[in-house]
Amino acid sequence: MSTHPLAARVPLLAAGRARRRRRALRSTALLVSLTVAVAVAALCLGAYAVAPPDVARALAGRGDAGDLFVVRELRLPRLVLGLLVGAALGAAGALFQTALRNPLAAPDVVGVTWGSSVAAVYALIVLGLSGAAVSLAAFLGGLAATAAIGALAWRGGLAGHRFVLTGVAVAALAAALLNYLLTRSDVRDARTALVWLVGSVGSARWGEIAVIALALGVLLPAGFLVARPLRALALGDPLAAGLGVRVTRARTAVIVTGVALASVATAAAGPVAFVALVAPAIARSLAGDDGPALGASVLAGMLLVAGADLAALHLVPGGTQVPVGVVTGAVGAPYLLWLLATEGRRGRR
Amino acid sequence: MTDPAPRLAARGLRLGYADTTVVGDLDLAVPAHAVTAIVGPNACGKSTLLRGLARVMRPRGGAVLLDGRDIQRIPTREVARTLGLLPQQPDAPEGITVGELVARGRHPHSGLLRTWRRDDDLAVDEALRATETAELVDRRLDELSGGQRQRVWIAMALAQEPEILLLDEPTSFLDVAHQLDVLELLAELNRTQGTTVVMVLHDLGMAGRYAQHLVAMARGRIVARGTPAEVLTAEVVEGAFGVEARIVPDPVYGTPMVVPLPRRRGGPSPPVAGG
Repeated sequence: MSTHPLAARVPLLAAGRARRRRRALRSTALLVSLTVAVAVAALCLGAYAVAPPDVARALAGRGDAGDLFVVRELRLPRLVLGLLVGAALGAAGALFQTALRNPLAAPDVVGVTWGSSVAAVYALIVLGLSGAAVSLAAFLGGLAATAAIGALAWRGGLAGHRFVLTGVAVAALAAALLNYLLTRSDVRDARTALVWLVGSVGSARWGEIAVIALALGVLLPAGFLVARPLRALALGDPLAAGLGVRVTRARTAVIVTGVALASVATAAAGPVAFVALVAPAIARSLAGDDGPALGASVLAGMLLVAGADLAALHLVPGGTQVPVGVVTGAVGAPYLLWLLATEGRRGRR
Repeated sequence: MTDPAPRLAARGLRLGYADTTVVGDLDLAVPAHAVTAIVGPNACGKSTLLRGLARVMRPRGGAVLLDGRDIQRIPTREVARTLGLLPQQPDAPEGITVGELVARGRHPHSGLLRTWRRDDDLAVDEALRATETAELVDRRLDELSGGQRQRVWIAMALAQEPEILLLDEPTSFLDVAHQLDVLELLAELNRTQGTTVVMVLHDLGMAGRYAQHLVAMARGRIVARGTPAEVLTAEVVEGAFGVEARIVPDPVYGTPMVVPLPRRRGGPSPPVAGG
């Protein structure tokens, strides 16, 4: 098996690298153009239809006063919040799944989002809070649930499977608490809580959007930074340690960043189901990336939430009252079943 | 030993998991630029010792010294640029290609903001060539045979450009032809590049043939060390494995060959009682 002397000039990795780059470019172009199409549709469609040129004018701050109000005050905040929430959930899912080496690991599966829900519902029903205070409670609840999972799963280090299993148990516990809170509340409070629990971007306000955007402006770059050792970490803890990764520290940093992203999203829109689970899977299959595919996951999350909200508004009977979480749940649950079925068939290799 | 300045050494090293001590107060010097094989029965602590030497496990007591410095005090990446570890059954992400996997061996050479460079390409090319896996570069790892796969893992470890390579049972699950391939590859690396090789091996005959320095372990301690002829004796084999054995010279290589004898009556007994 001799190699051709001229072969030394072109790196052996060059062909594969070029192929991966082309594929990444294609998948990014696809996700971006679909997201733009959804965004345009979201701004144009509705009981008060606005033509695309008028939407453009309204976005620039000119044109008809009615168009201006509908586009800039009603539809744009809802769209922007959806995109931000989607970006956060997509990134959170990608970070969780790669750090824990489990395609089922997502903040809503391992109990982080459940912690947010319990705290938010407690704030709504028992403390009688509303608005930003509920969001803050949801954020803190997510962090508290993660701290509990981390503490329970800790055995001189943080193993992925133990974290996931402990998370599932914590999720069950949180669900029980949530049901207890709901059953002891009165009907009107329970309804408010239920609307929050399904996840909705309908009540978006610019003030709160600015807070979310600011948080993501810090957390998303942090996500890319802490994701760097993930490719080495995917080779198993001993090998990663041999490659110079401080395994526990690196994994903890990724999980904490993912939790912060998921909690920000949940604080803003409630627990929008399954996006964090599905977006990274879509991203990986499109981008063909064997790493976290973080950028593509962010885009896929944006597309999913914006698209699901569009579908909730116009396709699902019930009109503007249908929250986005109903659609993502309806799409995500079958995907989860499919994933469980195929994972079981393939088994562990 | 022949080598006066070991690069890697253990001093009073104690390693364990939870509340069991697996390796107790162990002293060891790994001769530089030689092939060392660690042998011993199952659960004698040889894999644990390898992990401790590679800094993957923090010692309970004592220290591992790399060039005379406590390895726990050396920055992680610096250790990873000197020491490569290939665990027994590493995980591979689904669908990963050979090239991508080998490229991950460059992790210790990548900085926080540093991207892929020309010398990374050169190191990967060199690793693929040395292991004769260059033509597999765009294949998926899960399509390969066990022997090819093991060569790819070794290529990944070589892309790390370690001066000391630690391998945990690199030949387990391989048939005899692929075992020879892997051991020949490691011997060649040692010969041509002076790589210090430390490997855990099960096959005493292969250990005797390919290693210049043997370490026999039992119950978390070293029971013998030295050249194959010094270590592969009937006494050491009996002491470490609890198996009576006859040692005869390998008819081809002349290295010691261990012929284990049945532990209990009822098994196949030797046809000739022998002198």
